[in-house]
Amino acid sequence: MTGPAPGKGGQGAWLVRGAALAGAGAGVAQADGPADILVRGGTIAAIGSGLSQAGARVLDADGLVALPGLVDLHTHLREPGREDAETVETGTRAAALGGYTAVHAMANTDPVADTAGVVEQVWRLGRACGRCDVQPVGAVSVGLGGVRLAELGTMADSAARVRVFSDDGRCVADPLLMRRALEYVKAFDGVIAQHAQEPRLTEGAQLNEGEMSGRLGLAGWPAVAEEAIVARDCLLAAHVGSALHVCHVSTAGSAEIIRWAKSKGWPVTAEVTPHHLLLTDELAAGYDPVFKVNPPLRTAADVAELRRALADGTIDCVATDHAPHPVEAKETEWPEAAFGMIGLETALRAVQQAMVDSGLLDWDGVADRMSARPARIGRLAGHGGPLAAGRPASLTLYDPAAPPEAVTPGASKSRNTPFAGMELPGRVVATFLRGVPTVLDGKLG
Amino acid sequence: MCAVLPGGTTPPDPPAVLPGGAAGREGIAVLDADEIRRALTRIAHEILERTRGGDGVILLGIPTRGVPLARRLAARIREFEGRQVPCGSLDVTMHRDDLRLRPARALGRTDLPREGVDGKTVVLVDDVLYSGRTVRAALDALTDLGRPRAVQLAVLVDRGHRELPIRADYVGKNLPTSPREVVRVMLTEVDATDAVMVEGNGGHP
Amino acid sequence: MRRHLISAADLSRADALLILDTAEELADLTDRPIKKLPTLRGRTVVNLFFEDSTRTRISFEAAAKRLSADVINFSAKGSSVAKGESLKDTALTLEAMGADAVVIRHGASGAAHRLAGWVRGSVVNAGDGTHEHPTQALLDAFTMRRRLQGAGAARGKGLDGIRVTIVGDVLHSRVARSNVLLLSALGAQVTLAAPPTLLPLAVDSWPCAVSYELDSELPKSDAVMMLRVQTERMTAAYFPSVREYSRRYGLDAARMARLPEHAIVMHPGPMNRGVEIAAEVADSARSTVVEQVANGVTIRMAVLYLLLGGTEFPEAAAEVSR
Repeated sequence: MTGPAPGKGGQGAWLVRGAALAGAGAGVAQADGPADILVRGGTIAAIGSGLSQAGARVLDADGLVALPGLVDLHTHLREPGREDAETVETGTRAAALGGYTAVHAMANTDPVADTAGVVEQVWRLGRACGRCDVQPVGAVSVGLGGVRLAELGTMADSAARVRVFSDDGRCVADPLLMRRALEYVKAFDGVIAQHAQEPRLTEGAQLNEGEMSGRLGLAGWPAVAEEAIVARDCLLAAHVGSALHVCHVSTAGSAEIIRWAKSKGWPVTAEVTPHHLLLTDELAAGYDPVFKVNPPLRTAADVAELRRALADGTIDCVATDHAPHPVEAKETEWPEAAFGMIGLETALRAVQQAMVDSGLLDWDGVADRMSARPARIGRLAGHGGPLAAGRPASLTLYDPAAPPEAVTPGASKSRNTPFAGMELPGRVVATFLRGVPTVLDGKLG
Repeated sequence: MCAVLPGGTTPPDPPAVLPGGAAGREGIAVLDADEIRRALTRIAHEILERTRGGDGVILLGIPTRGVPLARRLAARIREFEGRQVPCGSLDVTMHRDDLRLRPARALGRTDLPREGVDGKTVVLVDDVLYSGRTVRAALDALTDLGRPRAVQLAVLVDRGHRELPIRADYVGKNLPTSPREVVRVMLTEVDATDAVMVEGNGGHP
Repeated sequence: MRRHLISAADLSRADALLILDTAEELADLTDRPIKKLPTLRGRTVVNLFFEDSTRTRISFEAAAKRLSADVINFSAKGSSVAKGESLKDTALTLEAMGADAVVIRHGASGAAHRLAGWVRGSVVNAGDGTHEHPTQALLDAFTMRRRLQGAGAARGKGLDGIRVTIVGDVLHSRVARSNVLLLSALGAQVTLAAPPTLLPLAVDSWPCAVSYELDSELPKSDAVMMLRVQTERMTAAYFPSVREYSRRYGLDAARMARLPEHAIVMHPGPMNRGVEIAAEVADSARSTVVEQVANGVTIRMAVLYLLLGGTEFPEAAAEVSR
């Protein structure tokens, strides 16, 4: 999407000196060594060595990785309705600090984003904030009720140009409704992002069904509740020839099903969250609901398989499922607490720890999984790189060598990060949205 | 109870200290096995004299070391008079006034003779009399168990420094001490040897 | 002894024996003219009950009162909690009232655990959701030890080699969870007998054996513990009918006859007579149901004494402020 243009044409030029390029266009491989990036008029004017530009502000990027601006397919901004947890303003601040230049705002707001009116409202709020593009996701069914299709076409035709539809938070459990939704969005190149959770198998479910749920006496959330829906939806997507995107894959079995579907050439994509790449259900031992999330944290074996699937491309991308909740929603008994974790500000650091430091993915891979592919799945033409002359200057400068630091409260209005107090490596140094720095020296510009 | 920490009223748990185990601490033996035997013999005679031959007497030892002392006294009395004086134990832990000064401790046994204590002459038996607080607790514990005709107190060592108006009826040895010293009673039933030691303050009583 | 009693898993064998042995010393208090000890004078115990459980509340209340503690009963029904007050706010209220111990019964698993993070006093879990009920397990172990090894003679002993079969809805039973942990720590061999639907999926990781059949386990059992069947399970397809459950897993006189001579029959109560246990079994000489109730008071006295009878925990304030 072209979207809003803060500081149309860019407020002066920037010269990023000596960054290691990730996700660069053909011919500019990372192996070529550090390069300069000249940003002018909102676009990348040139990439090369020894660039100069009179009057340009210089950013020394020695030791930093330059990535195309990150794109999140799965963000809960909570506005309208739960402005006590997050607003478009605070959520996009958090996004920028995390290196994001575009986020997809999920539809489970109040009112639900199931009409052109609501998605346009969210889209306008995003434009007004200007730190990060906000691309609304439309609900699949009216009021997320899972019964009647929402006006998908009207939302697609609205100013918000919605292409991703999801009842996220709830599963489109009715197989017929799912089939119709998949079929219907073919008319405007839409994609259905499914929250895969068989409702009957997860009634009252609290925690991954396994040793921990048994020990803690918390109702189990079986892996099969996710996998059954993933399998069914892959078959439906193949049957009607339409695009399915699987939200927050959390089990080894789901990854295997998706691998199989892709091997058939079926139009299936998938995402995994940073927390499912790093955390396990063992963390529930203290009953701290900060670790309560939907889908639940799984086992170490699942984590290992999800990492492998992300590395080999079975899982296309990392999406945060940033889900802010006010303090009182988490300072309670586990079963009463809300599901969800915030993650925009920690996503890249968590991915470095899970994928890069473990040797599973290089920075080109990170650029692909956190920018190029989510932009492609979300149909955002102006995002996802590559870092190449002529492209919009939306990019993220990241210092992977920054000493690991404990995660502390950030710009999100909510505090429910599972990484609080945990040390994560790396640091987002700067984020540029179409040539304008939204973050400089790790701080909001 | 056996020994009292310097400056405190709280005896430690039964010390698992054997004679050789007190290495590094200076201790002076103030009573040896023979002297303990003689002291108990004398106390047994005194009890018989003062209770008209042990009529209606019950011996209640205060755990830990008061219990074997009570048994020894009962054995002596049987030896001298051929009469079986009932003997039991009375745990005072739940009645102590210093519970909050230390973590909760394991309870000792309370084991009353079948006859009960009503109308009897109860002789409480303990190893060391110091502040008097243990005996105070014992009197309270006893009150909850019934109404004795009289209560008397027998101790192996009276080291002084009373904090309550309590005195012993039968004393094996009066032992002037400094409050900083530790009096350590060891009995074969618990400690594999019989001795009374004074430790601390250079070991000089 | 730790500051709280939340899970039987927190108890080492030594801890458990200390509690059982303490209870053994307290057991004959009921036979004394004065059934009261001054030990916890001036201490306040709050019974915080979010679920109705008169039996458990009364048991804790009697235990606290016999130790001379002040008891405040806080029933969540019709209180500020019913009006939406959070557990944390309730906890802060109790804190302000100077509760030295909070005995909590709550429908949510982990509630006691959470509460312990919010109050300075000791927390005793009197049943949290489908998680644990450690004092029930302690009183069950105490009952077994007294019955099978002889009251008084059992001091210092565990349950080594004792074979215990726990029958019924293990999946939803806090009693079963606590018992498996505690009894195995004390050396007992525990077998769970239940239909597969009423066992946790990963039950093989528990320190016990599992059987889908009751009859084969009975001749090898020194104690059989029957769990209550909750009526709401019947509608959720855990088993086809009460009749079938009773036929396969209920303890009737014919099944009881398969037990060894010395074996005992236990039930945490309240019983569903005619469902998991037949009336003639519940009333038989093997049944320890009434003893379990009496032992409950004794065990809870021991727990309260060991938690509150000593010095206050200096680290408490620091822990709470996190």
